[in-house]
Amino acid sequence: MSGTFVGMPSFPTAARGALADETLRGNLRYATHTIRDKRAKAVAELDDWALLREAGKQIKDHTLRNLDRYLLQLEEAVTAAGGVVHWAADADEANRIVADLVKATGESEVVKVKSMATQEIGLNEALAAEGISAYETDLAELIVQLGDDRPSHILVPAIHRNRGEIRTIFASEMGKWGRAAPDGLSDAPGELAEAARLHLREKFLRAKVGISGANFMVAETGTLAVFESEGNGRMCLTLPETLISVVGIEKVVPTWRDLEVFLQTLPRSSTAERMNPYTTMWTGTTDGDGPSAFHLVLLDNGRTATLADETGRQALRCIRCSACLNVCPVYERAGGHAYGSVYPGPIGAILSPQLRGTGSEIDASLPYASSLCGACYEVCPVAIDIPEVLVHLRDRVAHQGGRGHFLERAAIKAAGWVFEHPGVLAAGERAATATRKLHPSRVPGAGAWTNSRDLPPMPPESFRDWWRRNRSQGAAPAGGRKDDGS
Amino acid sequence: MSPASPSRDRILARVRAAVDGAPEAPGPARTYRDTHTPEDGRVDLLAENLADYRALVHRSDEAGLPALVARLLAEHGSGSVAVPPGLPEPWLAGTDVTRVPDAPGTTAAELDAVDSVVTGCAVAIAETGTIVLDAGPDQGRRRITLVPDHHICVVRAPEQVVGGVPQAMPRLDPTRPLTWISGPSATSDIELDRVEGVHGPRTLEVILVEG
Ligand code: SF4
Repeated sequence: MSGTFVGMPSFPTAARGALADETLRGNLRYATHTIRDKRAKAVAELDDWALLREAGKQIKDHTLRNLDRYLLQLEEAVTAAGGVVHWAADADEANRIVADLVKATGESEVVKVKSMATQEIGLNEALAAEGISAYETDLAELIVQLGDDRPSHILVPAIHRNRGEIRTIFASEMGKWGRAAPDGLSDAPGELAEAARLHLREKFLRAKVGISGANFMVAETGTLAVFESEGNGRMCLTLPETLISVVGIEKVVPTWRDLEVFLQTLPRSSTAERMNPYTTMWTGTTDGDGPSAFHLVLLDNGRTATLADETGRQALRCIRCSACLNVCPVYERAGGHAYGSVYPGPIGAILSPQLRGTGSEIDASLPYASSLCGACYEVCPVAIDIPEVLVHLRDRVAHQGGRGHFLERAAIKAAGWVFEHPGVLAAGERAATATRKLHPSRVPGAGAWTNSRDLPPMPPESFRDWWRRNRSQGAAPAGGRKDDGS
Repeated sequence: MSPASPSRDRILARVRAAVDGAPEAPGPARTYRDTHTPEDGRVDLLAENLADYRALVHRSDEAGLPALVARLLAEHGSGSVAVPPGLPEPWLAGTDVTRVPDAPGTTAAELDAVDSVVTGCAVAIAETGTIVLDAGPDQGRRRITLVPDHHICVVRAPEQVVGGVPQAMPRLDPTRPLTWISGPSATSDIELDRVEGVHGPRTLEVILVEG
């Protein structure tokens, strides 16, 4: 795994730092509530939402069950279309492959479009160690990179920065990396965006190597798709001579038609738009249009281990929309950095401990950073039952250390954090009932898949009961500030 | 180089072992709709949704198109326009701005000096306010609709307009490079204020040509 988060303290310790930061708290609350409400409206426009959600889940489950077949089909199609496919078992191997590919071009600079997979493997740091500068081009990633910072939200990684801070970062840092910010830069969002446009355009126009992830890969055609807003993705995917895409093996879907489901559910769940401004789809290379060399690096890095877990494997359905973050009362109060990984919020709480294992304090504590309110499940466009996986992972943590083990203590502390913030529990209950009405409990014409259910089951054990039981076993609750009760 | 990789075999073996014995998972029941819009409401809905995402929408008939394109270029103050190889001749018949043909050797830096681009499209989707380009002869290479700051896109209505996303899929060839465009480029990364125009064209004008 990336070195970025090594030594991360357990969840409640990290959350305390975030709580003390008033800017973060205010920005986070405003952002999550705004997106949450917009999303509900965008989803309500489609009266077949429940059917699209079920189809998305089925496509992913079917793919995961037959993943070997679809990966081979994808490899064949990409190769036939002029691309080269590489396989990386872990982060080190993926970083090695990418660094070698960049070096082979003779370049020492690359432009990057926001990609969670490359953050997960710590690619920028690995390239820097080889003398290669990787420039992030998404506005938020640029803010994070220039601020020498870590992302705190999947969709809006700089959500913890306000406009005044961004102005300061641009004014002092841009000039060190390329075109400086104009004199007298104000903190108006339009001016800040213009400064970023000018700073990055210079890089796009001379870039010879682009690096991306992908939201989807189509096995039957070898097509990759990147969904974005700003156009920096189009720049990175179109202008360079060499394109390298690092993509988790779970991102494959079988058919071209399967994209019609996610093209409807991803933008509405993510940015709460009917459609995001730009989506680029490409298949291998095209003569005279776009990069003349295309490399696809297929990444495992803990995914096959996740796939082996009968309950936990549903986390691999995730399309990284971030809807679950925006409804989560724990995320809202703790902030993204508390999760100690590039995957924050509810999805991070079930994905990180599976990708990395539960051997560290942070990963053992993450499954406990939840009140199991179920709001995340209800908004998830691929119906990942996050509470179910959390309970399952708690069980795993409980079995690995034994009483008094340091991992158990980390877990109990995280649970204590949740319990000590009554607002988390209350807001969780409110969130669950508020979103429930968006999801009809019975779906029209559901005869064909009566096995599926639309509302989450009650958690096997209520959080309060669980807490009482564990506390009576002698674990001390975490200290830390009281919640403000909101 | 990939077939020789030991990781390829290792990953595939791990995948197979991971799902060994798991129950078969059926493919999707495609019970969702292919459109949510009645056929006669599509063109109006497209116009509405494009405008909602701050594209400038114009309507014209075939005869009025050259004058309209000329006016839009003039209003934008454009001195040059990128031209796809198969753009119908009449579309630019009303203007004498400098034409920059889309050629394989044109560099991004050269395109950066071009003010506008005029293209057709492959299909338009009413419910999402989306136009899709497939690099066809009337659209050209992807970079000509990316680097210039002003994009005028002509949509033939109603032939090129579908209601929902699923209706667009069979009209598109995924082996071609595809660009789905829904409004001008935008960001909400600064305190969630939507700002139009970061890297893609900051002005998107869509002309719906009817009849
Ligand atoms: S778990 Fe579901 S809601 Fe959360 S990011 Fe993934 S797809 Fe979206």
